[in-house]
Amino acid sequence: MVVFDRPHAMLDVPLHYCPGCTHGIIHRLVAEAIDELGIEGKTIGIAPVGCSVMAYDYFACDMIEAAHGRAPAVATGVKRADPENHIVFTYQGDGDLASIGMAETVHAAARNENITVIFINNAIYGMTGGQMAPTSLPGQVTQTSPYGRDPKLCGYPIKVFEMLSELEGPEYLERVTVNNAKNVRAAKKAIKKAFQNQIDGKGFSLIEVLSSCPTNWGMTPSAALKWIDEKMIPYYPLGVYKDRSAEKEAAK
Amino acid sequence: MAKLTFKTDNCKGCGLCVEACPKHILRLAQEKINKKGHHPAELADESACIGCATCALMCPDCIIKVER
Repeated sequence: MVVFDRPHAMLDVPLHYCPGCTHGIIHRLVAEAIDELGIEGKTIGIAPVGCSVMAYDYFACDMIEAAHGRAPAVATGVKRADPENHIVFTYQGDGDLASIGMAETVHAAARNENITVIFINNAIYGMTGGQMAPTSLPGQVTQTSPYGRDPKLCGYPIKVFEMLSELEGPEYLERVTVNNAKNVRAAKKAIKKAFQNQIDGKGFSLIEVLSSCPTNWGMTPSAALKWIDEKMIPYYPLGVYKDRSAEKEAAK
Repeated sequence: MAKLTFKTDNCKGCGLCVEACPKHILRLAQEKINKKGHHPAELADESACIGCATCALMCPDCIIKVER
C-alpha cells in the first residue's frame, strides 16, 4: 500500500530551489489540496515574481505568470471571467505580496474576491540575493542591512495579517509554518480549507506560510527551520486571524 | 514491512529528512554523489523503518515514496 507519493497535481520534474528551501514543501501541500478536492482540471494558478517565479513549471494545472506583485489583480480577472468553472489561486512571496503588490493584496482582500492566496513569508528577498524585505525582522542581517535591520532607519516590518484582519472584507486568514512535521500537517489543513472556501463561494482566503531561506539567511537547512521557531514565530504568531464563517456561526 | 523509494538524482542533500526521522535511520550517503553533485539521502536500516512518512512530509523535493 502506498502511504506517501508525489501528488498528481505536482509535476515530476526537479525543482530549481536551493537545498532545504521549504518552497518545495508548500508546492506539494498546494498540489495535495488540489488532488484531494479533485479540482486539477479547473484550477488556474497565478505565479508571482520572486524565487517561486517558475512555479508554473511545477503544477499540473493551468498557470499564468503575473507582473511583479499583481497576482491578486490577475486572479481577480480570471475568477470574475468565469466564476462558476474556475478555481483560482495565487502563490506569492513576501517581496511580491507584501512589498510591490501590497495595494493589490489589500484591495483584493477588501473586495472579498473569491480567490485563494498562498503567501510565503521568508523575511528576505530570496531571488535577488538576500536584500532586506518589508518583512525582515528588526536586527536581521541581510545584504542591504549588514549591521542588522535598524527600525529607526528602515522602519518596522509589515505584519500583513494584523493589518488585513482589521478589514471587513477577507473571509479567512491563517498563519502557518512548515518547520516540522506537525506544522506541515497543520499547514496542509489550512491550505485545503482556503481552497474549500473558494469552492463554497465564501470569498478571499489568504494563508501565510512562514518559510525558510537557508541560502540567504546563511544557515544550514535545519538551523534555518530552528530560526523560524526562535525568531520568526515570536514576531509573526501562528494562528487564525480571521474566519468570518466561524464568527457568524458563533454569533448565531 | 515499510519500503522507501528515493528518487536519488533529484535529492539536494539538505538533510531535512535525516533530521525528521523519528527512528534516526536515514543518512546522507557520504560515499555516493548524485547527478546534481550532492550526497543523496538513503535509508541505513531498512528493517527498522516504520513507514511513518515523516521524512517524505519534510522532503522539499518530494523524492521519497513510502509503501507499507
